[in-house]
Amino acid sequence: MAAAAPAAGAGPRVWAGTRRCFSRAAGSGLLAAERGHEPESRASSFCPPAHSCNDWIGPPDRHSNLRPIVFHIPKNESPLGRRLREFRQETQVWNQQFWASQNVSFRKGKEEFVYSRLKAKGLERKDETGQKITLSAEEMADFYKDFLSKNFKKHVCYNREWYKRNFTITFLMGQVAFERAWRRLGWKKTKVGN
Amino acid sequence: MPCKFMHCCGVANKKWITFQHLNFLKRMYVTQYNKDLSQQAKPKTDPVAPPFLEKKHLGQEKTVIREIRPVSPLHPSLSETSNRNEFKAVNSAAVVEDLATAGGVESKEEKQWKEMKLQLDDLPGILARLSKIKLTALVVSTASAGFAIAPVPFDLTCFLLTSIGTGLASCAANSINQFFEVPFDSNMNRTKNRPLVRGQISPLLAVSFAASCAVPGIALLTLGVNPLTGALGAFNIFLYTCCYTPMKRMSIVNTWVGAVVGAIPPIMGWTAATGSLDAGALLLGGILYSWQFPHFNALSWGLREDYSRGGYCMMSVTHPAMCRRVALRHCLALIGLSTMAPILNVTTWNFPLISLPINLYISYLGFRFYRDADRSSSRKLFFCSLWHLPMLLLLMLTCKKSLLEKEDKSELLS
Repeated sequence: MAAAAPAAGAGPRVWAGTRRCFSRAAGSGLLAAERGHEPESRASSFCPPAHSCNDWIGPPDRHSNLRPIVFHIPKNESPLGRRLREFRQETQVWNQQFWASQNVSFRKGKEEFVYSRLKAKGLERKDETGQKITLSAEEMADFYKDFLSKNFKKHVCYNREWYKRNFTITFLMGQVAFERAWRRLGWKKTKVGN
Repeated sequence: MPCKFMHCCGVANKKWITFQHLNFLKRMYVTQYNKDLSQQAKPKTDPVAPPFLEKKHLGQEKTVIREIRPVSPLHPSLSETSNRNEFKAVNSAAVVEDLATAGGVESKEEKQWKEMKLQLDDLPGILARLSKIKLTALVVSTASAGFAIAPVPFDLTCFLLTSIGTGLASCAANSINQFFEVPFDSNMNRTKNRPLVRGQISPLLAVSFAASCAVPGIALLTLGVNPLTGALGAFNIFLYTCCYTPMKRMSIVNTWVGAVVGAIPPIMGWTAATGSLDAGALLLGGILYSWQFPHFNALSWGLREDYSRGGYCMMSVTHPAMCRRVALRHCLALIGLSTMAPILNVTTWNFPLISLPINLYISYLGFRFYRDADRSSSRKLFFCSLWHLPMLLLLMLTCKKSLLEKEDKSELLS
């Protein structure tokens, strides 16, 4: 699994020249390599504005339909906060890989199925106008059933893992939120004390 | 080509555009035709039958040629000699035009990136979608129907408390359901615009919202109405979130569990009014239970591709014949259950008679769905189920056995 967050302060520079770091779960090709990130398959070259203190969420990925998040690394990130961010990033990469491969294999399988069915009927893949011939939903039903049963075990493992990760992330989020509130309360008390 | 690359790097002050990006985009999207730049775009094809509740139409796969307005080229950086200047100017102008258009496409993608900052103005809308407010409203109305049909004098306070409590419980259950299903919802057309999928709200906030609905909701039902109703509400939340939702991806039995989830709200309404679980409550629950099958099976018929790809175990995918058979069976069961209503003293004998036309109609559509097994028959059945249920409940209410009649009868007997 690639693209772990760079150490705070040593990350890629943003255009304003400030040393603000954004860890990226799915880097771009050439650009990521230029910036010292491991290039991954996606061509996302988005860089959030330097002044932003929040995470940024992008459009759905072409293959996985999941929306990538670019996580913000705050200056005073606690170890717990860092653990949460890295876990979310890792989960995002894991999710991306699963669904991208799932959807790609679905499309491929569908294409092969349609091709074989059309061939059996004695038809070509495209008609006279160059349009791809599609089968009706009723004809596709065999493929859908087959695909679902073939991937059943994969889904069972994925579901278990996903539920675990989702709970962990949410629990860590709760802990981080509590920690932040506690810190803020502590500062307020010292202010009042002074 | 290397020449162009140098110009790219030299002229462009938009550093995110690389040569590779530029070329790739130019090939795919931008074409030059008679000195006008056009963008060839394919509208994203709907791979599955359009979701019933969202009125999108199934577009034919075709490309759309749109003209891009010409972008004025950036002032190119010129070098000293005039000849070279001219050559470079022409070249860099062409390159910059390409860049600008490519930049246009790139920045369009960049515009789609959203900051994950919670906007308080949007929060009510976001929470409404998180709690599936329309579905919640339907659930509350079935609970209200159960309350109204129960053979006791109408108590407004109790009615309002029941409605609010049921509504809160439904909001909580729906929020948890969405919290569990983020990656699956992302991959289905029907659900890809939900708040958690779009990152409009964090999972922590979603869970907190669910808890802040569940606790007061169940407390309101238990303390403000009666413990039985509260227990049913809590049980229903558990059944929906911890049984139905995970089961959707494990076994087709999830549909039957989901039907029970739908049957419990009217039972809650009845128990809220009477305080006990009578035969009448179970009959009302039975009617809602049977109704779920034609409703859901017809809906799921058009979503088979998404279910298959997403890993959902639904009858429509794994056992299509059973799916249609079960839908028809339960349409016919509705006729039987409507006939039971006067026998159990819930309604007069008028009810099975005047509900017969709509029950026969839905059974007819169920039969057509069973026989034809196509999209049009499934859609007809689904849309029929949407008006059939409120009408049936309304008829039940109008044919409700009045309390006076009952009292007279018991006086006669004694």
